[in-house]
Formats: sequence, C-alpha cells, structure tokens
Amino acid sequence: MRSPVSLWRGFLARPNDDRVKIFGVAFLTAVFSAVVVTVASVTLEPLQDAHLEAERAARMEQMLDTLPGMRDIMAEAGVDALTTRLVDLETGAFVEEPDPETYDLREAENDPERSVEIQPEADLARLGRRARIAPVYLLERDGDILLVVLPVSGKGYQSTLRATLALHADLTTIAALTITEQAETPGLGARAETPQWQDLWAGKEVTDETGQIVIDVVRGQAKGPHEVDAISGATITSNGVANMLRYWLGDDGFGPFLDRLREEGM
Amino acid sequence: MNATLRYLTEPLIANNPVTLQILGICSALAVTTTLQTALVMSGALTAVLVLSSATISLMRNHIPNAIRLIVQIVVIATLVVVADELLQAFAFEVSRQLSIFVGLIVTNCLVLGRAEAFATRNPIGPSVLDALGNGLGYSLVLIIVGTIREVLGTGSLLGYTLLLPQAEGGWFEPLSLMQLAPSGFFIIALLIWAIRSVRVEQIEKPQHQLSRSEVEQ
Repeated sequence: MRSPVSLWRGFLARPNDDRVKIFGVAFLTAVFSAVVVTVASVTLEPLQDAHLEAERAARMEQMLDTLPGMRDIMAEAGVDALTTRLVDLETGAFVEEPDPETYDLREAENDPERSVEIQPEADLARLGRRARIAPVYLLERDGDILLVVLPVSGKGYQSTLRATLALHADLTTIAALTITEQAETPGLGARAETPQWQDLWAGKEVTDETGQIVIDVVRGQAKGPHEVDAISGATITSNGVANMLRYWLGDDGFGPFLDRLREEGM
Repeated sequence: MNATLRYLTEPLIANNPVTLQILGICSALAVTTTLQTALVMSGALTAVLVLSSATISLMRNHIPNAIRLIVQIVVIATLVVVADELLQAFAFEVSRQLSIFVGLIVTNCLVLGRAEAFATRNPIGPSVLDALGNGLGYSLVLIIVGTIREVLGTGSLLGYTLLLPQAEGGWFEPLSLMQLAPSGFFIIALLIWAIRSVRVEQIEKPQHQLSRSEVEQ
C-alpha cells in the first residue's frame, strides 16, 4: 500500500492529457469549489438574514408612513409599532405559543413538523407547503381593528415573491401592498417592487358584495375596484401576485382568520 | 525590478483593459452611475482577478489542456460567489445597487482573459502583479467615469454636495442623461479618444481598406 503522499505525487506526475489526470483535476476543482462556496454561504447566512430582516422592518415602517393618517392614529392610540400575533391558519384562532417575537415563518415553512402540504388544486400560489402558524400584524384602538397586515408569498416567474398586504378595518379594502422580496427578471417582473405599481393596489377591494375573492390583475385598462393593471411585459409575475393574494385570502390561507375577525372582532 | 513593476504599471494606461482592449464594458456602463458603486465594483473585480490569477498560476502545470477553460471558469465563479456573499453580508446596501453585476464578473472577459493569457503561463509573482495592474487599470476607468457621472448627474459626490442643484436653491441643473447608460458610452469613448490623442501608438489600423482598384472604379 503506497502512502497518500506518494499517491498524490504520482497523480501530479501524470501527463496532463492523461484521462485519470483530466478527471482527477476536474473532480478536485469541483470539490474544492463546492467546499469554498458552501462554507462562505453557511457562515455568512446569519449576517445576510439580519440585513434582510432589517430591510423588512424598514419596509413595514415605510408602508405605515405611506398610509394617510396612520401615524396620527398610532400616536393617538399610544403605540409606535404594530402588535404581532400568531394565528393558527386552519382554525383562524390566535395562538399564544410560540412567542410571536421570536417566531420565524421561513423556518416553520421548511420544517415538516410545523408546515402542511397544500393540496395541488388549492395551491394557487404554487408554494407546495405552508406553515401551520403565521404571524399577523395588527393596529387596534379600544379593541377595534384599524389595520391588519398579513405576510403573503407566492411563485412569480422565476422566484418566490414575498409581500405584506395591509387591509383596512373592513377587511376588504387594501391599504397597501408591499413586495418585500423578489428575484424576478430585472427591468420586467422586478418592477413589481416599484412604488408606482404597488400604489395601484391601494384602495382596491379584494372581495365583492357576496364575499367572493375577486381581486385580479388585467392586461390593458383596469376597471372597477377589483382590478389592477398588470406590469407590461411581466404578465406571469403580475398573475403570480394576484394568485398569491387569492390564495392567502382564501380558505386555505388567512380566510378562516379573517372570517373570525369579521364575526367576533378581536 | 523595473521589469517586474511593469506588469503592474503597464495596464494602467499603456495597456488599459477597458480603453485599449475594450473589455469589461458592460459592467463599466452599468455600475458607474455613482462613485460608490464604481468603487465597490472595482474592489470586487480586482480581488477576484488577483485571487483567480494566483490560484490558476499555482495550478498552471497541472491543468489539462482539454478542460483548461472549464477549470479556469470554475475557479473564477467560485471566487465571484464568495465575493457576492461577502458583499451581501458586509455591504448590503451597495450589493443591492450592484444587483446582478457582481455575479456577472464571472463573464467579464477581463478576468478570464488574464487567466488564460497570463496566469496559465507565468509564475505566481508576475501573475499577481499583472492581475493587480489590470484590476487597477479597470478601477481607474470606473472611478473616472463614476465621478463624472455622479457629479454631473446629481451634483454631489459620495453624499457630499459639490454643485448645489436648482431644486435646493443653487444654480446647477443636474443632467439626468448622466444617470442613464448612454452617458457611460460617451464618457468612455471620450476617454479613449483623449488617451489615443496623446498616445498615438494606441490607434488601431483599419481592419479593412479599399484597394486601389476598388477606389478607382
């Protein structure tokens, strides 16, 4: 049995057009690269996540700033941030465990114990799985809901979009839709993130008189309170956003929670 | 000593990768709207270029000719991914502005060009100096273009107001064209023209000339 060192020397001494050397060099380069990339990605992930988290918080703040009068109401109610509560999506009821402050929705989505498979026919947002418990952000005054903010997500053209949907007290008028994360085609689908497009959603109504979810994007001229113009050149992304809202407002998403809120209040 | 230093100084102007070899133009246009993004991109590209040249120079005697481009690209791509991850972790705002252009360093001909033309044939010392020189030559162009575009396009530089815009009570009217891609072309073209007016040896011969008989017809 030769020692590893002499094996290595033997390998290096092979001519460069030798098959073993070609495959060996290719393999070793690939392994080495994979290790370097993996180490960098894993060790830097907490730092990157902290930045993303800070950005999400900043966007939530920004969204509150764009809502007319919201800051005044908050000042009047004596709160400077929204209350975070956790909701069991199936029953629509608030849950007290785990702690809303430390609850990580992404982690829960990927944890088979804490997530459920979405039935293909119900999976409008093409997510595959969703967490059992999701956070909601509420603004209330004297026990009355003023604003409900829901985290939503769904597949666009090439990435998973994440957004926050803020609903007014009637639970059907959109106060704001903010895309918080996307990796769609720059210049096309990525325009979902621009204020110009997001502003189109404010004031739209997600349900009609009978309570059906009717919000949708249309190509061309949007008419009425339930339609929003699609991003030109990015129909799939636009439809993705509409489907994401329809899914998360529907029975499989926050539907039970919103029903409960309508009937029982806080 | 002088010969060694030439590896470093030659690519700055005499053999500048952007203005003479016309490489790396895509990123030079895209990230030069402000000086800050130009600086970060310059740093990222120079780091990737130096490290990839060093790695490839160390491996040069053992890279099989049949797969040499693949091996070089894998080394470069690995370094680019690491650079991108580092930027996302430590310079998040800037990495957002640079978006896909850090990732596109992989396809920057400058990096593969130096690896293929120089690092595969030279020991590590000259390879690193050559890579550093080329990185600095690229950076020099980016910094000049970034400075001109930011000052003329917004009236400020790195957040400091140099020319007070009219909107804030000054006299300066920001040239919004400077913030758009065409101005990058204009400035780089003017730069090339300026360099070649001084250094006439850089002017390329026309690749195709009419023969006498064609002219006479």
